[in-house]
Amino acid sequence: MLDFAKGPILAIQEFFILAGQAVRNVFRRPHYGADIALQMDTIGFGSLPIVILTGFFSGAVMALQMSRALAQYGQVGRTGTVVSITLVRELGPVLTALMVAGRNASGMASEIGSMKVTEQIDAMRALGTDPIQKLVTPRMIATAVVLPLLTIIADFTGMFGGFIVAYYLLNLTPAQYWHTVWTALEWNDVSQGLLKPFVFSFAISLVGCYYGLQTTGGTQGVGRATTQAVVVASVLVFVLTFFITKIFVGNVVS
Amino acid sequence: MNGDETILRFEGVTVEFAGVPALKRVSFSVPKGETRVLFGEAGSGKTVALKTALGLIRPVEGEVYLFGREITRLSEEELFDLRSQVGMLFQEGALFDSLTIEENVAYPLINQKSIHAPPEEVARRVREALSFVELEHTLEKYPSELSGGMRRRVAIARAVVTEPPLVLYDSPTAGLDPITSTTICALIMKNRDLRHTTTLLVTHRYQNGNLLANYRYDEASGKLVPATPDRPAPRTIFLGFRGGELVFEGTQTEMEASSDPYVGKFVKHNG
Repeated sequence: MLDFAKGPILAIQEFFILAGQAVRNVFRRPHYGADIALQMDTIGFGSLPIVILTGFFSGAVMALQMSRALAQYGQVGRTGTVVSITLVRELGPVLTALMVAGRNASGMASEIGSMKVTEQIDAMRALGTDPIQKLVTPRMIATAVVLPLLTIIADFTGMFGGFIVAYYLLNLTPAQYWHTVWTALEWNDVSQGLLKPFVFSFAISLVGCYYGLQTTGGTQGVGRATTQAVVVASVLVFVLTFFITKIFVGNVVS
Repeated sequence: MNGDETILRFEGVTVEFAGVPALKRVSFSVPKGETRVLFGEAGSGKTVALKTALGLIRPVEGEVYLFGREITRLSEEELFDLRSQVGMLFQEGALFDSLTIEENVAYPLINQKSIHAPPEEVARRVREALSFVELEHTLEKYPSELSGGMRRRVAIARAVVTEPPLVLYDSPTAGLDPITSTTICALIMKNRDLRHTTTLLVTHRYQNGNLLANYRYDEASGKLVPATPDRPAPRTIFLGFRGGELVFEGTQTEMEASSDPYVGKFVKHNG
């Protein structure tokens, strides 16, 4: 019974040790600026097309779906409000994080995992570099910087997608749509919409790196690590968004 | 034996992975300038022994002395200083595949804090190390563009570029044809005999050990020549591993005379 629990608990402990070391390294030399820039480029710029596409269509589909519900109350004119709030509070952060988890948590796990199974991680340590400082910390910093930015882009393209639907299919005027979009947002919405991607970024990068560093068993092991990283990172995004939302909604109600 | 002259010493070292022992109370010592040949079947603990010597793996029991310092309880930071004096050739080379050959060989010179060479010196020493393995024309290439034997030679260049007094070679000839593997051995012996380094070699091939024990590199001719009583090869001891235990320690003559069938297997199968 206890043996059954030992594996997962040990894994969680190792994950937090890795997270602690990665965060501590932010304040320690040497810093690998070039690696951070490279990671920002792959994670940030590389994810742009997919983030824009998912953002656009999630906004568009929200406008379509909600217009159906709002029509029951004769409130189709408030489509912008619904699109804006759902995007900024929930859909933008979560969908962007899921896309980045799929793209980059897997990329990190497979890249670091391949290095692990070919002993390049050991070689790094033997040749005077800390793999956490050189590999994990730059990925963590880069994700923490670019994920909120990607989320903002997804939010805006989503609002634009909603606008296309509202204007062409629901026959709303641009002024009406953008006015409702703009007035719907409060600081509470914007702050949780930006806090979420920042928190998700650590889950995505650290889970990806953790599974990469834990890889054993050749190419098959790399495949397994990659899958696990994506699954765990994605599930964590949903769990975290629940708890963050709980904190913010709790504030508003009380 | 003078204690100060011992470069590496294992004392009752036990290593476990998830409760499964990989080394069981292994003890041996390597005096300065000598050669050790580690043999044994796959999974017998040879690689683990080398990695433990570098502090990459921490034993659960026992002590490892590297250049006279006990390393099993040192922090990773303290280990970096000691590791800068050890060259290690990993199985399959473990070159960084996202870096060029030049960057690979320069890596220890740039990243090891205790060395931290200035850029002009890095370039010169990288060129020197690559010409040592006769690959000075590959600077701009990536590891994937080279053949297996060439990659192994680059890995040797990276291991010895800092001119470490102790070099560990993990199966440097595995997967190579006999001619290429003799070239690799010649490079290992060139480094050993020109720089008088202490050498540990893991190998599956008896010929490699035989070469290290009975030949030396002759600087004048640039070839391997048989060792003679007045110009001997460094003292070479064979260490046999089996299931994580050190089951044999002795000279080549003792190894050939051994009645242990496990030891005999390695002599006969390859002899």
